[in-house]
Amino acid sequence: MARRAIIPLLLTSLLGAPMPSLAQETIPESIQIGLSTDRVTITSDFSGAALTIFGAVDNPDPQISRQGGYDVIVVLEGPSAPVVVWRRARVLGVWVNAQSETFVNIPVSYSVATTKVLQDIAGQTSYRQLSLGASYLYLEPENREGDPARITEFTAALRARKLETGLYSENVGGVQFLSQTLFRATLNLPPNVPVGTHKARAFLFRGGVFIKETSANLAIVKAGFEQTVYRAAHDYSLLYGIFAVVLAMLVGWLGRIIFRRD
Amino acid sequence: MGIYLPIAEMSVNMLVLLAMGAAVGFLSGMFGVGGGFLITPLLIFYNIPPAIAVATGANQVIASSVSGSLAHFKRGTIDFKLGTVLLAGGVVGSSLGAVVFAFLRAYGQLDLIVSLLYVFFLGAVGGMMLIESVNAIRRSRGGAVASLKKSGQHNWIHRLPLKMRFRASKLFVSVIPVLGLGAAIGFLAAIMGVGGGFIMVPALIYLLKVPTNVVIGTSLFQIMFVTAYTTIVQATFNQTVDLVLALLLMIGGVAGAQYGAKVGQKLKGEQLRALLGALVMAVALRLAFDLFVAPGNVYLLSTPVGM
Repeated sequence: MARRAIIPLLLTSLLGAPMPSLAQETIPESIQIGLSTDRVTITSDFSGAALTIFGAVDNPDPQISRQGGYDVIVVLEGPSAPVVVWRRARVLGVWVNAQSETFVNIPVSYSVATTKVLQDIAGQTSYRQLSLGASYLYLEPENREGDPARITEFTAALRARKLETGLYSENVGGVQFLSQTLFRATLNLPPNVPVGTHKARAFLFRGGVFIKETSANLAIVKAGFEQTVYRAAHDYSLLYGIFAVVLAMLVGWLGRIIFRRD
Repeated sequence: MGIYLPIAEMSVNMLVLLAMGAAVGFLSGMFGVGGGFLITPLLIFYNIPPAIAVATGANQVIASSVSGSLAHFKRGTIDFKLGTVLLAGGVVGSSLGAVVFAFLRAYGQLDLIVSLLYVFFLGAVGGMMLIESVNAIRRSRGGAVASLKKSGQHNWIHRLPLKMRFRASKLFVSVIPVLGLGAAIGFLAAIMGVGGGFIMVPALIYLLKVPTNVVIGTSLFQIMFVTAYTTIVQATFNQTVDLVLALLLMIGGVAGAQYGAKVGQKLKGEQLRALLGALVMAVALRLAFDLFVAPGNVYLLSTPVGM
């Protein structure tokens, strides 16, 4: 039951279309996205959502456009945090956390929507340079001088785990052109999407070549009640704890009265 | 039905949690254990972060032990004096345990130690209870009177000084082993994130020879305070108590506890011990399975401590 949070976008830059051909050669293409809201609230019935972002390509070459030469990749990148990757190994028959590698500035979530399969848009080198896509996103190890083979191994494991938990996702075909200039991107917000400032980024490619990038910030916040509970737990920890105990005792007592069986 | 947990920051199924609470509450009322040793692994299995599972589990156990204690209070099967002495030891032990907990966590091996402790204690306690109670059931089938309290039988515990009389338990023993037992259980409970009922119940039965019917009420009475203490400590220092999660588990739990206490009343002491032993063994085996059998994925993500 994915709730659909549509963020329609106000896009006024459709002026590119009827431009004379002379101007077209001088004005390069660019890309725009705009969010109608800069905040998505998580309410108590939140169980993941699909986020829709609208955008447009400015000054497209109509011919390239007709041939489907433009590709767009939209990314929603969550707040960053350090992560420790553990590799488990058997010691005396017991599986223990044996080796670890710490990574810094890892986006907690990373959701991608594309017009086509990534390989069909551009080469791996461009993705690596741009640090774009769940498979190419640069994951920075804390100790860069470590054994390269080991870093490669743990980086791959980190990516794999993130994809398995749904925090990293790729939605091929998630970006659709509605006209020559206008496009719509659908991104997944997993049920465990982190709260905080997310960055929506859109990348424009023409015939496999990266042209332009644009970005907009989106805050994902808890709704009133959830936020109040969270703040209370952090700002008034002791009182919160006492309240939790009193509540539990009250529920226990009420439960006794309501459900008593003797 | 999805519901968002404000502290765990994730969406879960409300019905699953209510059912989980009810099942654990039932067992809790029946055996006089808080159920922490069941609820904590269950929550972790349901992908709740371990730190939140431990703290919120403790909060939930308060509710089911209050509910269960009231049922036992009415029946007069609580030894308040014994419970209070155990509690005094317990507070000292669990404060010490909290320090060791933080130390282990800093070394990244907390999960392993906790799992090993669970497997060891649950396995040992469950195994001993099963063997003893099955023997007792066999003996009673054979016509003999099944009783743990053989008159004239005294072990070294009864030769210690500072004797105190616990009327409700028909006991006259030194306070030293009672305080020590409370402290040892409090210590383990803090590290394992449980009330310690599953160790307390057999320890009172087998070490102090307290009658089974009094043990359950007294254990619940004691757990109520230990878990209240744990909840406040966890909420204050780690902010890991999720009220929404706890409330869901409690509602299921208190309903289950009353039915459990009713069923527990109908069973004989040795049957109750055999069932609890089997349950404890089952949890131990399940956890041992994770420790000894190759995991589906050898890689694991965690957040660095202290950041």
